[in-house]
Amino acid sequence: MKNKNRAEEGDSRKAATAEKNIRLTVNGKLHQLVVGKDVNPDHTLAYTLRETLGYTGTKIACDHGSCGACTVIMDGEAVLSCTMLTVECNGRNITTIEGLANAITGQLHPLQQAFIDYTAFQCGFCTPGIIMSTKALLDKNPSPTEKEIKQELAGHYCRCGSHYLVVKAIQSLVEKGR
Amino acid sequence: MGGEYRHIGKATPRKDARAIVTGSAQYIDDVKLPGMLYGKVLRSPYPHARIKNIETSKAEAYPGVKAVLTYKNVPGWIGGVPYHRPVLDSTMRFVGDAVALVAAETGESAEEVLELIEVEYEQLSAVYDMEEATRPGAPQLHEKIPGNIFPRGFRSIGEKALQEIVMGDVAKGFKEADFVTEGTCGYENIPNPLPPEPPGVIATWEDPEHLTIYTASQSAAMNRNFHQPLLGLIDIRVIGTHCGGSYGTKNANMIPMVHAAALAKATGKPVKVYFNKEEHFNAYSLRLGSRIHARVGIKKDGTITALEGEWFVDTGAASEMAQVQVAVGCGEAQLALRCSNWNLQPQLVCTNRSPSGVVRGFGGQELKSSLLPLMAIAMEKANLDPLEFFKKNYVKPGDGYYWRDGIWWDYRGIDFSKAMQKGGEVFGWKDKWKGWGKPTAVKGNKRIGVGVGVHGNADIGEDESEAYVKINPDGRAVLHACVSESGMGERSAVCKMVAEVLNLPLDRVEITAPDTLVNPFEFGLVGSRGTFTVGSAVIEAAEDAKRKLFDLAAPVLGAEPEDLETKDGKVYIRGKEKEAIPWRKAMGIARTLTGQGRFETDFSLCNCMMIFAEVEVDIETGKAELLRVVAATDCGQIIDPLVLEGQLHGSLGSAGIDTALFEETVLDRDTGHIMNCNMIDYKWRTFIDLPQFQNVILETPIPSHRFKAVGVGEVAPAPGPSAVLMAISNAIGKRIMDYPATPDKILKALGRI
Repeated sequence: MKNKNRAEEGDSRKAATAEKNIRLTVNGKLHQLVVGKDVNPDHTLAYTLRETLGYTGTKIACDHGSCGACTVIMDGEAVLSCTMLTVECNGRNITTIEGLANAITGQLHPLQQAFIDYTAFQCGFCTPGIIMSTKALLDKNPSPTEKEIKQELAGHYCRCGSHYLVVKAIQSLVEKGR
Repeated sequence: MGGEYRHIGKATPRKDARAIVTGSAQYIDDVKLPGMLYGKVLRSPYPHARIKNIETSKAEAYPGVKAVLTYKNVPGWIGGVPYHRPVLDSTMRFVGDAVALVAAETGESAEEVLELIEVEYEQLSAVYDMEEATRPGAPQLHEKIPGNIFPRGFRSIGEKALQEIVMGDVAKGFKEADFVTEGTCGYENIPNPLPPEPPGVIATWEDPEHLTIYTASQSAAMNRNFHQPLLGLIDIRVIGTHCGGSYGTKNANMIPMVHAAALAKATGKPVKVYFNKEEHFNAYSLRLGSRIHARVGIKKDGTITALEGEWFVDTGAASEMAQVQVAVGCGEAQLALRCSNWNLQPQLVCTNRSPSGVVRGFGGQELKSSLLPLMAIAMEKANLDPLEFFKKNYVKPGDGYYWRDGIWWDYRGIDFSKAMQKGGEVFGWKDKWKGWGKPTAVKGNKRIGVGVGVHGNADIGEDESEAYVKINPDGRAVLHACVSESGMGERSAVCKMVAEVLNLPLDRVEITAPDTLVNPFEFGLVGSRGTFTVGSAVIEAAEDAKRKLFDLAAPVLGAEPEDLETKDGKVYIRGKEKEAIPWRKAMGIARTLTGQGRFETDFSLCNCMMIFAEVEVDIETGKAELLRVVAATDCGQIIDPLVLEGQLHGSLGSAGIDTALFEETVLDRDTGHIMNCNMIDYKWRTFIDLPQFQNVILETPIPSHRFKAVGVGEVAPAPGPSAVLMAISNAIGKRIMDYPATPDKILKALGRI
């Protein structure tokens, strides 16, 4: 019986919050989402980005805030988009992996180029999250030490063993900037 | 390195690099087909139970639900070895076993509706220990597997499939020994390789004879090759997406594949089955459990005179192809341990926990991790340096072995002891090795110790591959080969081979998508086989295409085909490059030329991986920390240095080295539940815990193919766990014989708890 209630509860939640709008700016583009129609109160930001808005470069792995795959930048901070509810993100400015390269020329962000030059990925599933965390770090601290880089990336699960080449790629960029 | 070649051996950007760093690479959950439904699985809360009653009407009536399937109404496809795993069953054999399947218009409603299925279970007693499972009176899991011991063999690897190591005369061998030792060692922490991307499949039926599968797999074609017999030899087209890590676990993808196919059949719509992380932990491809009781006969000079023992292998509730893992493990043991007298008897057992599956290391890591610590006891008794012992006993030209097919293969490869020696020099083995049970250094409560392990595989030449190379008159080439991308960079590696043979810039060689409709036969990227097997087929196809080009160009240039060369899409008489003509003038613009290549199984070569480990153990807290790793190999010829570096670093992850330190799946042996089925409680190494890591890669030409290279990716983690266990034992002066060496086990060994 408990089960049936949960399903019914879902419906009533949807009804109660209808007619509210959420405004999200993603990679410079404004999206207006209607709560109850485009967004349910239990949708995570990761879900909305991927399933509703089509930004599938953001990956969901654990969906529990413990692997870093879903990291995006929100108002300058790297955040775990699977631990945030979309309805809490009204008015926020979000950058996903799709927003790093120049939208007109297609020119890659230097960080993306460094990852290519060092083959700093294997399967690539954790790569968008790692790049977004690094971008947030470098925006605040253009010359992080090796320790600071590793500290920043400590929450990112990479299973292929690309850690060493990731750190090298980031360090190459830090050195260029000096 | 790479001096004589234009592309081979040089670091080049991966073909898919831009897609990966911009987020446009398509993984399975990024694919949506029009009208696609979402499949979800109701899972058993009990380790062993019979469904007495199952009521689905409420679920079926739920808005958006298109199908609810139970054991009563699923297709009768049965998988596993031997066939023992139906799509759904009325008996549940592990916590997480599939009870029912639902397809709905959204993933959310499919998830919600699972709770509306009412199930009444009759609980049965369960068994978790592999030796207990084989005793009289133990709970029985499968009718087809009496006594919970799997029948030996697996037809597809040959009538004589290697299911034991028996050779020489062990009684005579023990008589010749200077020392005889014995012991038991278990590698039973059943870790989860846990790729970041959970497993997933989309199935859609074009008509009753044509099924299309989209899959995240390291070997897309395996989804077709393995499932065609199961599904009544219908046509199965498989399209591989990018695969977010596999480490062996995503090959044929049997369970999600048959679940998606059954739901798609029932609804007439495309259906995606994509596990969440909890399901990934609870119901997908763990490592095999391994426990060995063995006796070893050894001489003072390190000659192994006899090896006798019983190898228990726990595959959990089902066998995907564990018999093949047993076969390959048995082959690999012979590569590392030259011995004339063997009697190693495996027993493959089922227990009531989530099934093991195909995992990087494939029987070999499990066997080595439990057998090498038993060899260490013998080495200690004979006072032998393990590095010297491994150098002496690793397979050498002129030796041979029974491989997985049960056939004796004469080894025609190189002597790997040079790579082992070089690895030892870089590691500083000579200075750090102080003898058995002796720490390298003592600093307060901290004890430093070193260890070494070795592993190798002749599966680098397993099974068949085919390739076509199509030359276009515009000076471009297209490689048709069903090569997936799960992180190995193999799609780029084979393009480099084509570009090298045809002397083209790399960006003028493309490879078709991993789609079985447009590509010739491919077995898949397993056992480090890609470089040798796929490579051989691709090289042959490119050479064949070039030959056809030269045949057409020769009369145009007024020369013989053997006098011609090609570069950058032009062809010319050797020495007269200035008079080169474009391919289109040689072949005409309304023509393509296709070369074909094929590789046939060849187990006469192997690879080799040695891992040196340095650990620091705090004898107050019992915590062991990995300080340094040196991975040493000889790959013949590097194809891409950065890709190879990454693969060797991968020995830490994918249930590798760290299974000796902290990585384990914790099974509650009262309830059958996995206790750490999330990414916080399941321990994994983070960026801040990285040890120093150095790769030592030699390039002694290996007679594989034109580029003299072999792959080593699959074997990279396998020697790691035993090396770490040896290092810990040396650091603390007490032997640890099971994994992982967590603080409680270390303190217990030290007599502190």
